Amino acid sequence: MAEFDPHRASLVDRLAPLVVIAVLAAIPPIAKALGDPFLVKVATRVVVFAIAAVGLNLIVGTAGLVSLLQAGLFGVGGYVVGIAAWHDFNGEALGLGPIAWAGTSDLAITLPLAALVSALVALATGVVSLRTSGPYFLMITLAFDQMLYYGAVALQKYGGEDGLQILSSVTFAGRDVSDRWSFFYLCLVVLAVVLFLAGRMIEARFGIVLRASAENERRVTVSGIPPYPYRLTAFVISGTIAGIAGALLAAGQQFISPADMSWVRSGDFVVMAVLGGLSTVWGPVVGAAAFVILELVLSSWTQHWQLVFGAIIVVVVLTLGGGLSDLVRLMSREGAR
Amino acid sequence: MSGTALLKVEQLVKSFGGLMATNHLDFDLVEGEIHGVIGPNGAGKTTFVSQLQGQLLPDSGRIVLDGEDVTQMPAHLRARRGIARSFQITSLVPSFTAQANVALAVQAREGHSFGFFRRAWSDERLMEPARAALETVGLAHRAGTPVGDLAHGECRQLELAVALAMKPRLLLLDEPMAGMGRKDGAFMTDLVAGLKGLTTIVLIEHDMEAVFRLADRISVLVAGRVIKTGLPAEVRADPEVRAAYLGHSH
Amino acid sequence: MQTALLAEQFLNGIQFGVTLFLMASGLTLVFGIMNFINLAHGSLYMIGAFAAAAIQAATGSFLLGIVAAIPITAALGVALELGLFRRFYARNHLDQVLVTFGIVLMANEAVRLIFGPVPLRMPLPAALAGSIELAPGLVYPTFRLVVLAVGLAVAGLLWLVVMKTRLGMWVRAGSSNRAIAGAMGVDVSLVFAGLFAFGSALAGLAGLMAGPILAVQVGMGEPILILALVVTVIGGIGSIRGAFVAAIIVGLVDTFGRVLLPPALGSMAIFLLMALILAFRPKGLFPVHG
Repeated sequence: MAEFDPHRASLVDRLAPLVVIAVLAAIPPIAKALGDPFLVKVATRVVVFAIAAVGLNLIVGTAGLVSLLQAGLFGVGGYVVGIAAWHDFNGEALGLGPIAWAGTSDLAITLPLAALVSALVALATGVVSLRTSGPYFLMITLAFDQMLYYGAVALQKYGGEDGLQILSSVTFAGRDVSDRWSFFYLCLVVLAVVLFLAGRMIEARFGIVLRASAENERRVTVSGIPPYPYRLTAFVISGTIAGIAGALLAAGQQFISPADMSWVRSGDFVVMAVLGGLSTVWGPVVGAAAFVILELVLSSWTQHWQLVFGAIIVVVVLTLGGGLSDLVRLMSREGAR
Repeated sequence: MSGTALLKVEQLVKSFGGLMATNHLDFDLVEGEIHGVIGPNGAGKTTFVSQLQGQLLPDSGRIVLDGEDVTQMPAHLRARRGIARSFQITSLVPSFTAQANVALAVQAREGHSFGFFRRAWSDERLMEPARAALETVGLAHRAGTPVGDLAHGECRQLELAVALAMKPRLLLLDEPMAGMGRKDGAFMTDLVAGLKGLTTIVLIEHDMEAVFRLADRISVLVAGRVIKTGLPAEVRADPEVRAAYLGHSH
Repeated sequence: MQTALLAEQFLNGIQFGVTLFLMASGLTLVFGIMNFINLAHGSLYMIGAFAAAAIQAATGSFLLGIVAAIPITAALGVALELGLFRRFYARNHLDQVLVTFGIVLMANEAVRLIFGPVPLRMPLPAALAGSIELAPGLVYPTFRLVVLAVGLAVAGLLWLVVMKTRLGMWVRAGSSNRAIAGAMGVDVSLVFAGLFAFGSALAGLAGLMAGPILAVQVGMGEPILILALVVTVIGGIGSIRGAFVAAIIVGLVDTFGRVLLPPALGSMAIFLLMALILAFRPKGLFPVHG
């Protein structure tokens, strides 16, 4: 009889991320069999949002800090890709002080660049936001998100409020990845890597500090650990992941706009994390899928689908104690005892 | 009692609004001793200990630990200097197991926690000392129990284990026997007695029997200042102390 | 910049600041006393504007529109409080954010459903549509002056109530120590509903006064809400005085920022100011909770 050791990862915890990736990986072949290529586009959207939501959960679920900045950082990544592609396509160089850069549509360059820029923005906003906690932190991240939104709207050269179209072909290390299948699997690989790394982080010493601080900050300080440097690091990591997701979104739909970084989108990411379950690393993937599916289904019924969607959120918060993955874990734990 | 002075507190002052909770308090600790702190409710014992640990910062005065001025030093740095504390109302991580709570203290000792890859709860460098500390306080059989499921007395034992895992030079025990029955209280008293020589202890307690049995010296705190410090027998016999406090003890 | 232009922008800044104060005081009271983060506060602003515009369009009377809109908004606020928000006072902030987020989505879409996507207009009656010469060379729109006056009057009234009445004393005590609030022997749930009604009325008033100046459109409440949150954060949660000072600062900085700085920086100016203030005072300028 297997003893339930609370210090070891349960089977569900270890297998679930693999199952999730496997299910997603199976979608393009299924779509082909059904003769519905649109499914691949939907699945790509799920994966990209999932990446951002998993990143957000490092802050919300693990560290217990509710942030409404994720969409802003998501958008930063998207705009890096968009602006680089714009300069590449128009043959006009981007003047960055003394350097003139020709731009590029190669994701092998713009993905890391997007990650770097969003990391820096996350660092700058995190340093200010994390000196506060709880409700202050929430309001400040919301304010910074709005600031980034206004910043994007003010970029008249790059479309402003109407958004920025990417007219060049997106490549990765020279190889064309603009077909649906290639791009989907590129995104899926990124998701798999993020899931793996996030999973390790949460269980490692770094994650332990975040989780303990979320429940009892005083206990952590009294033991000799200052929570701030760890929270800031988590915030930057989370923002970087968001930036990568945004970069992928922009490359995939060949378009990025301020609407992708509005506070409503930030709220959507929080909803995805909560729907999926904050206590697991794979929960937000399920949450992202639920979100995208709901979005699709509801908008096909009515133009005013946000009314129904808002109502669903209200009902879910009223009734559910946790998210979908929390339920799965609970059930598997009961079975193991 | 001869020995090196580990801690010197000079003219410590702390006010909350109009209330002066710590009123020009002087205090000293000799290394290796168990120093009892007694006094009526509201005398400012917990406020005093909080200032030693760093949760509260004094308005004025000095706290010198082993020659180093730590008066305004933040709590987490004092923990690194070897000051550990148990709380009157236990303060633990509820969703973690007992062993995981102790492991957190072990982890803190090891320097920084910027480990991103290796699983903390599978790391014997953390779990082995954690189990050992639980063993010392007699809680090894509850290692895998989440704190939320522990009894009150077990939580107090766990707090002690967590403090011990920090391998402190100065251990601040804030009413470790509060709310415990006779049997648990006696067990705790034996535990604390067993720590003598391993670390220096400041023991706040209302249980007079325990304090007089355990302490090498006792300080009496009344209205935010120490009115008498001395050997237990001296303190017991002092008329000023009797008038201020021992008259209405448990 | 010429003096007249400077003075005009200064008045604009104060007027905007006063509007923000109306929003922020409702927010800060509800959070300070009930520990409830209300992201749907902007929706009440929007509803106030739409109610006034719709009534004016239906009856032809501007006065009827503004007079009726306030009780309508207050009533809706109370309905939300009694029916839904009340259950969330004890729940964590994440749940509060989610439920109010859901309400915002619903409110915006409901308004779009009822009124359509085209913004409504609130034409001013002749008496208010003109300008007044305040000083030689300084001509200022009459309506904006009225908004300024109303806002300052409400601010003054609020100060009087909070500082000079028993209710106000309860509010101040409750803001700094919630345990005291319950122990002071007042019917807590009645006062909560009343506070919410009052905050909603203020939001509705701010909205309907903005209607003639800006457009009455779906989603108009959120940018104001976010600035009101900035005001609350800068001023210190729970502090009415802080909210007023911060609101004036924010109103002035935002107005002058947009006029003096290039467009990108102008709209971001106030957030950068917030960051600067928080760097030195993480709890705001006049924190109430220690």
